[in-house]
Amino acid sequence: MYEELILTVLMTSVPLVYAAIGELVVERSGVLNLGVEGMMLMGAVAAFGVAMISGSLFLGVLAGALAGMLTASLFGILVLGFATNQVATGLALTIFGTGLSGLVGAPLIGKAIEGLPQISLPVLSDLPVVGKLVFSHDLVAYGSVVVVVTVAYFLKRTRAGLVLRAIGDNHDSAHALGYPVLGVRFAAVLFGGMMAGIGGAYLPLMLTPHWAEGMTAGRGWIALALVVFASWMPWRVLVGALIFGGITIMQLAGQAEGWTIPSQFLSMLPYLATIIVLVLISGNREFALANSPACLGRAFHAGK
Amino acid sequence: MINLVPRKEIPLSLTLTTTAVAVALTLIAGAAIFGVLGYDPLAALYQFFIAPVSRGYQVADLFVKACPLIIIASGLVFSYRANVWNIGAEGQMILGAMFSGYVALYWGGMPAPLLLPAMILAGVLGGLAWAMIPAILKTRFNTNEILVSLMLTYVAVLFIDWTVRGPWRDPMSFGFPLTPMYPDAGMIARVDLPGIGRLAQLHWGVLGALVLSVAAWFILRRTMVGFQVQVMGDAPRAGRFAGFSPALVTVLVLGISGGAAGLAGMVEVSANIGQLQPNISFGYGFTAIIVAFLARLNPLGVIVAGLVVALAEMGGDAAQIAMGIPKVVTGVFKGILLFMLLAGETFNRFHVEFRLPGTAARAAATAATKESGSV
Repeated sequence: MYEELILTVLMTSVPLVYAAIGELVVERSGVLNLGVEGMMLMGAVAAFGVAMISGSLFLGVLAGALAGMLTASLFGILVLGFATNQVATGLALTIFGTGLSGLVGAPLIGKAIEGLPQISLPVLSDLPVVGKLVFSHDLVAYGSVVVVVTVAYFLKRTRAGLVLRAIGDNHDSAHALGYPVLGVRFAAVLFGGMMAGIGGAYLPLMLTPHWAEGMTAGRGWIALALVVFASWMPWRVLVGALIFGGITIMQLAGQAEGWTIPSQFLSMLPYLATIIVLVLISGNREFALANSPACLGRAFHAGK
Repeated sequence: MINLVPRKEIPLSLTLTTTAVAVALTLIAGAAIFGVLGYDPLAALYQFFIAPVSRGYQVADLFVKACPLIIIASGLVFSYRANVWNIGAEGQMILGAMFSGYVALYWGGMPAPLLLPAMILAGVLGGLAWAMIPAILKTRFNTNEILVSLMLTYVAVLFIDWTVRGPWRDPMSFGFPLTPMYPDAGMIARVDLPGIGRLAQLHWGVLGALVLSVAAWFILRRTMVGFQVQVMGDAPRAGRFAGFSPALVTVLVLGISGGAAGLAGMVEVSANIGQLQPNISFGYGFTAIIVAFLARLNPLGVIVAGLVVALAEMGGDAAQIAMGIPKVVTGVFKGILLFMLLAGETFNRFHVEFRLPGTAARAAATAATKESGSV
């Protein structure tokens, strides 16, 4: 029973890890993309559609990643090419993505597919307790940890990561040093889109094997909050995603167990928890702003 | 490569031109999408933008549909002008409807002439209270108002769902999640002109919305409060030197936009529905964001913008009924429109030059020579 519960918590946090780690890189480069929800939905619908037609879950995930990137490229062209307001453009991306995914996905409603095959590592997955929890997930779930490790290494230990952080902290100086500010930011935005797309793909392929309009239910926004929670440090994204996965499952489990609290109040928990966490983190300015990119959300154009 | 050179002044004609071009490009993009989906583009556009207003009474309905959008966007203009991003108007609208609904359902026995004013007040207070949460958290704890106001929208949706299924449900509703009907004194009357009669669903709240948007224009452009809002948005440093308080402006604009959204919730229920139900809004709070931008954050422009966006909403219904196009296509339209408007804003603020890579350096050199020549 508890094994099952913990397993579900881990799975619920996978999409959050992907979306949040992608947005973290975007924000570290100084760009705020509020369109995560829209990119996730585009990833979800593309993944579900392709997986259903091709019968291949791998192609589904790939399609999700591509759809996320394509959606993100729209944002990149506007925000970086035309120096539009990042907040408003991100909102537009979410509205657009929600609408387009609903339109494209209309014929997919009510269809079902099989989930991703789980990789059961022989011997290891038969270990007591940890066996099932650690060694019996799907490849995409393991991938989320790999991505976090890679991003952490990239930002902290590589030259390219240093350049990306420099651009996020002071784009004028980085430009003066000859670094391609807009190019790096565009690459970061595309990466963010790809991650949000994979996170979105995980929902209809793995968590609930069907497509529903607006099925992300605010996960894109929670991912944005997770980046603040993580105070822009990759490892903390994992911790935050697990907490939110836990809260989501707790309220579902509570509803199933027949807790006397009305289900609506239980369903509020993830959203209320997000607010509380934001208050706790933001209230401590030193902690919150230590790694916050100084140029976050500010438009850059060379001709000023 | 795109090169941006800031403009010193933005002529009004330019703003109008870019807005018109943005709308035109959205229509072209929309036609392309319809084509890709296998519908006749021209017929679809006709269903979307002409069929809904092809009869006289439908124009009145257009105003009814635009009413909540105009009210909410008139308030949001203040928030966005001040660079405070309230995107939780949907939730504030729901709370406004709930507060005014409480007055109508439980204090309905008060003298009839007092009931509507009390409900209006309650509606404004409801939206205001909900908006004060992100306002206080932002000024006190530096918490991001975008995320908090949005999270509170999810909470509000669940909250009204619980009340109309639980404590406020009409025992006579046969299990439907509905409250009892409001008393007659708590309903906003339909416009009934002598000699002309009723104009479809047109109600007095529409007139209120128009007055509100003119009042919003006056406050924003002709009063000290409006001036502070604009300065804190355009040049926060200058504002602080002038002694304006950023925290006060944040609370103010969230209060104004939340109060307006709450009012819209009250008007929508009292004029059109007459009782509370789980869905009272249909996303007006989010759509109003686009209205505010289409209006270029000008409260008077909000009236025109509200009508244009309401037309697209009605068109979504018409196209679904006539041609079977899924209603969500309206969302695609709204997203593209917002993209186009934002890109148009760039053409307002900058001279936009498109160049092939490599020619940029030469052009910069030419510009530099010109510059030194003029000195």
